[in-house]
Amino acid sequence: MTRRLPLCMMALALVGGLTIAAPALAAPSDAPPVPTQIEGVNRGDVWQAVRTGQTVGVVSIPDKKAAVLIQSEGEAWRALRNGPLSQYGSWVLGGIFAVLALFFLLRGRIRIDGAKTGKTIQRFNAFERAAHWLTAGSFVVLAVSGLNLLYGRFTLLPLLGPQPFATLTHYGKLAHNFLGFAFILGLLLIFLLWVRHNIPERHDLVWFLKAGGLFSKGVHPPARKFNGGQKVIFWSTVVGGGMLAFTGVQLIFPFSFATLAELQLFQLGHAAIAIVMIAIIVAHIYIGSVGMEGAFAAMGDGQVELQWAREHHSLWVEEVTGEKPGHHHSHGTPAE
Amino acid sequence: MARMKFLCDAERCIECNACVTACKNENEVPWGVNRRRVVTINDGKPGERTISVACMHCSDAPCKAVCPVDCFYQTDQGVVLHNKDLCIGCGYCFYACPFGAPQYPQAGNFGTRGKMDKCTFCSGGPEEDMSEAEFKKYGRNRLAEGKLPLCAEMCSTKALLAGDADKVSDIYRERVVARGFGSGAWGWGTAYQTKNGQERDQLRERKQGQ
Repeated sequence: MTRRLPLCMMALALVGGLTIAAPALAAPSDAPPVPTQIEGVNRGDVWQAVRTGQTVGVVSIPDKKAAVLIQSEGEAWRALRNGPLSQYGSWVLGGIFAVLALFFLLRGRIRIDGAKTGKTIQRFNAFERAAHWLTAGSFVVLAVSGLNLLYGRFTLLPLLGPQPFATLTHYGKLAHNFLGFAFILGLLLIFLLWVRHNIPERHDLVWFLKAGGLFSKGVHPPARKFNGGQKVIFWSTVVGGGMLAFTGVQLIFPFSFATLAELQLFQLGHAAIAIVMIAIIVAHIYIGSVGMEGAFAAMGDGQVELQWAREHHSLWVEEVTGEKPGHHHSHGTPAE
Repeated sequence: MARMKFLCDAERCIECNACVTACKNENEVPWGVNRRRVVTINDGKPGERTISVACMHCSDAPCKAVCPVDCFYQTDQGVVLHNKDLCIGCGYCFYACPFGAPQYPQAGNFGTRGKMDKCTFCSGGPEEDMSEAEFKKYGRNRLAEGKLPLCAEMCSTKALLAGDADKVSDIYRERVVARGFGSGAWGWGTAYQTKNGQERDQLRERKQGQ
């Protein structure tokens, strides 16, 4: 008997408890709100912290990146890519073509001033040319496929239609991803082959002060194997190309080295640097082809006209052949 | 025409992950892809909250804005869908999306992500409604069958709501009034409003009206 007493009491207490709880269940609107808030913590602040990335959640799936509820950086990335990057990029690209067209109209093709000798000297050997064309060829494909990603939707897509454009862009992406490595190899070779010729020196200052003779006929500041302008091309290719290689490798192996926020920055940097590089290389292609008589041969068969070399690389000719500069053509008579 | 939206009530979600499982099963989602995921913040601490997230089908969808091949489109019900035949797997939509919705069946090294996959609000893709091709690429087209997304349909606490935006927000508003508080309709500001709080759909309609 003594054992059963507590049980009875418990049963009574239970029934009592239920009767007390029943009115609360019947009229939930009268009950005070359940206190789920924490003292001193503002609900707005909690969600603000989630919005700004200060609070990262947990997930039960293996991909822990999924724990980020909301990444606001994406909106900034979109705004920059679709806004200033595209807009200023198109100005830079349009600008370089406008400048070159204007330059061609005013200056025309830069001719060899003196009489041609008919003799040639070797400027770049086969290996140097191969390294150049490896870099150049891959760069052109990379540039075109890259520009297509940024501008193709507004230019080629309306012309080609959705499916052909998507197929083309898909192959462009594949080419971009794999030729990137050819570009990096070419860049390395170029650096190793030519860095010793591209150390800045006193002659370059004179070259820049005379603007390399670009704007005045018959002006040919002395230069060794690479003049000041070519050194600018070399270093912008090495530094710009190096940055493109670095950001490109990061982007091609997503999350191997970088977080999402870093990948977004790398993508913006990659595109911005690439646009500047394309502008520089377009100018380089211009002066190496239509812009200057005799220049293409240096990277064509590697043999340049001796008179061309005397005018544009007088000190280099002196080094190679031993002849003194300035004996074979006049720089314009001072009495004029 | 109804504007379809998702709403997850953080005061109700119990982190059961049934929405994730339902979605995977209904749509036969590619291995490794979770079109919907459940995230818990302040886990094990006071104020712990759980939210189920998927594509929010934004009014001004960032994925659509940045896609290089323009493979996204928005249905007249506001659902953001994409064409897998056009997708090149570049990953840009994933960079832009605030909610981490776009995912890829492969790791992505050397740009081999495969075709992007994301929540379709259970409404398939550009193929013929309820066709075999549509199901294989995008999953079930429940909207065409007259049903709502399965994740929300089978949510046991009805934390996850899916459907006509007006009805969804009415239900949520009633709850907030009844219990005296709400955590805000999570993600709605990002997905459906402009920076100064205007509804993007209304803006769009006004623009079209002009």
